Amino acid sequence: MTADIDSLERPSASPTFITISPGRRVKDLVARILVTGAFLLALVPLLWLLWTVVKRGFPAITSAAWWTHSLQGVLPEQFAGGVYHALYGTIVQALIAAVLAVPLGIMVAIHLVEYGLGRLARVTTFLVDVLSGVPSIVAALFVFSVWISTLGFQQSALAVSLALVLLMLPVVIRNTEEMLRLVPDELREASYALGVPKWKTIVRIVLPTALSGIISGVLLALARVMGETAPVLVLVGYSRSINFDVFQGNMASLPLLIYSELTNPLPAGQQRIWGAALTLIIVIGVVYVLAAVVNRFLARKRS
Amino acid sequence: MDSPSGHSNDPVPAAERGRGGVGLVDEPAPNPDDQGKNTARRRSARRRGDVVFARLSAAAGLTLVVAIGLIGLFLLIKAIPSLAADHANFFTSTQFDTNDPKNLRFGIRDLLVVTVLSSAFALLLAVPVAIGIAIYLTRYAPRRLSRLFGGLIDLLAAVPSIVFGLWGILVLAPAITPVAVWLNRYLGWFPLFATGNVSLTGGGTIFTAGVVLAVMILPIITAVTREVYRQTPVAHIEAAQALGATQWEVVRMTVLPFGRSGTVAAAMLGLGRALGETVAVLIILRSSAKPSHFSLFDGGYTFASKIASAAAEFSAALPTGAYIAAGFVLFVLTFLVNAVARAIANRGVAR
Amino acid sequence: MSKRIDVKDLDIFYGNFHAVDSVTMAVQPRSVTALIGPSGCGKSTLLRALNRMHEVIPGARVEGSVLLDGEDIYGSGISPVSVRRTIGMVFQRPNPFPTMSIKDNVVAGLRLQGVKGKKELDEIAERSLRGANLWDEVKDRLNRSGASLSGGQQQRLCIARAIAVRPDVLLMDEPCSALDPISTLAIEDLMSELKDHFTIVIVTHNMQQAARVSDQTAFFNLPGAGRPGRLIEMDDTAKIFSNPNQKATEDYISGRFG
Repeated sequence: MTADIDSLERPSASPTFITISPGRRVKDLVARILVTGAFLLALVPLLWLLWTVVKRGFPAITSAAWWTHSLQGVLPEQFAGGVYHALYGTIVQALIAAVLAVPLGIMVAIHLVEYGLGRLARVTTFLVDVLSGVPSIVAALFVFSVWISTLGFQQSALAVSLALVLLMLPVVIRNTEEMLRLVPDELREASYALGVPKWKTIVRIVLPTALSGIISGVLLALARVMGETAPVLVLVGYSRSINFDVFQGNMASLPLLIYSELTNPLPAGQQRIWGAALTLIIVIGVVYVLAAVVNRFLARKRS
Repeated sequence: MDSPSGHSNDPVPAAERGRGGVGLVDEPAPNPDDQGKNTARRRSARRRGDVVFARLSAAAGLTLVVAIGLIGLFLLIKAIPSLAADHANFFTSTQFDTNDPKNLRFGIRDLLVVTVLSSAFALLLAVPVAIGIAIYLTRYAPRRLSRLFGGLIDLLAAVPSIVFGLWGILVLAPAITPVAVWLNRYLGWFPLFATGNVSLTGGGTIFTAGVVLAVMILPIITAVTREVYRQTPVAHIEAAQALGATQWEVVRMTVLPFGRSGTVAAAMLGLGRALGETVAVLIILRSSAKPSHFSLFDGGYTFASKIASAAAEFSAALPTGAYIAAGFVLFVLTFLVNAVARAIANRGVAR
Repeated sequence: MSKRIDVKDLDIFYGNFHAVDSVTMAVQPRSVTALIGPSGCGKSTLLRALNRMHEVIPGARVEGSVLLDGEDIYGSGISPVSVRRTIGMVFQRPNPFPTMSIKDNVVAGLRLQGVKGKKELDEIAERSLRGANLWDEVKDRLNRSGASLSGGQQQRLCIARAIAVRPDVLLMDEPCSALDPISTLAIEDLMSELKDHFTIVIVTHNMQQAARVSDQTAFFNLPGAGRPGRLIEMDDTAKIFSNPNQKATEDYISGRFG
């Protein structure tokens, strides 16, 4: 059949603008309502949860001894004492993990971005992918089976930090990789053209350029591991008093304190639970804000 | 201003960006004037610095590889004796009795059922919402607020899982129990809503855990789909718009087909998270003497919550090995799910 | 049915940036009108304002009016969606939907409007592909992906897609700039056939192309950096290219500028 070319045109009697059919308009509207509704729906648990934690935790964190005392000698039914022993544990365990994970993570990322083409780089990339999918309880079991069960060390804050290293590493490596790749090649080439060797180029040019992104990534990784509960359940015992020694003995942390107090049905226990939850959220919030500030401040200084 | 949105039409800068940094910087340009002893000595010193640094960075990678290899090895070493001493079938038994090291009876069937059921339920709830949010953020939200709104969703990921657990069992569970009761009363003939092995009051069920898990995996699924949808080529969107497509039709014709593999990969990533989530589930789920019968109103343990619940009693080698064996299964499960997610995402990129 | 376009005192802004200054021009039905001028003179912006495609950029707004056979496309109650349905557009780079087959690409616009019958869709697909001089090349592989075609074929596929919904006007934004000379020739031939049925407005950087395909030519220029682009003169193409009224036009045509 030969198509009638005249039928390419619309009949001249039709109106200038064809209005969209009601069905299409309704569909468009329904879709708009649904996707907006999905967004609003997600805000419900967020606001609900934050409101609950703030409302129930506020009396606790504003009580006199909250930030300065431990729970040593405090009876289960008595609302007194504070969480500074757990705060110490949360911060110290995360910091030790960071001290171990950050240099290693950054070096691995440098290897992958600046040197990596060989088999080692491929295997490493694969393992970082694997590691990023490992549940925290499995990471805790990893450390348990090697550090405690095989090597014979006691449960300690250090064991927790080792598990946190496993959880931090993929975050640090992935983020650092991304930041290093953002550094323009022109910068590297300009440095080589001046006769600067490659390693100095990386240390003096590439890393400083990517620094703000790397630091804020590290802070975000820190925030992520601070809330981890599974490792502390498996790898360290709970203590109601302060323990500064990370190498031995029980040490509290905010998640562990919450978990332990869950078995306390008395009002004082409830107050402590929500107070500790609010404290944990505040600590994580501070780290987040810090990450944002670092990102903005250093980025501005650079430009 | 000739073609205001032309920037994304032009593939040349993108192609240049795509030339990865690796190849270009791998070999520093050789220095042409390398005569004279001085230069030669300096070059060799420079070489040494380069070699040391390169080795150092490779050693870091190697450390990672060896450490993970050792971990896998030790897990197996710890798990195998317990598996050998298991008096029940590891894959089909619903028991998990490790009280008597001389008569270990443990199997993962019930753990698997509860884990998969709660995660699948969470995924079912979270994925449609996440897709909706991603579409909203990329195509509907006022452009100025889109980043802020996305940040709000990301905040959900910052909440520690133990806090989710607290909120889930103490605040959310009482609120959604009427829904559970209603579903059980009127749709109880359907296996998923049948009366479970724990009481509905209190809400320590897979139903509650699934809802909380859905909230917890929502930010990761949203973040990935949002990034994929954002990369929909402007040319495709404009093609649809020029045909007289409404906003929704643009999404259906361009954004969704373009982002399909990314969406699936995001869902798998979310599933991986849900499978391994520990403390929130541990706090919420009530334990039960009877195994699960695929009802959302069952209680019990997931792999992760079972291991965490017994953590205080990890002392004797053989019982501990039983939990390590369960942890190994969980590891393999999450590994497979994540591998599938990556494979799908990579295939999407290749296309 | 082909329609005339009357642009009256049209100003186009992106936020605070004034892109096009007070354009008044008339586009005749069943003819090809070419918009030429140096880069950044606002000709593409103007073209996009003719079917409200510029509105996809946030902050874009217009003052003045664009009348399609007397009806203002910016009138109240007229949605951009129905404007674009009536005034089709072909882009600089061919942009077939990569996940759709050749046939599905052609009938994508009709599907939107709820046309469902397979026979009807097949007929329209064939008619449109014939109209775009592509039928003979693709009739054996209508179910293959649109991305499997060459660049020139893809562009004709996009033209087939645009004419399948029977628009009144076809806007073309440098449709040949990404194509090789042979494909360009095919598109130019196609334009001279299509102008029997549609009002065509084309933006082009290629002055020979404007001279070859268009009946009317409008020359745009930029009075200075940061100033809005404006219409210098518009006339029969023959007149513009042989004896323009304005010196700026003559300078541009003869290559002394831009």
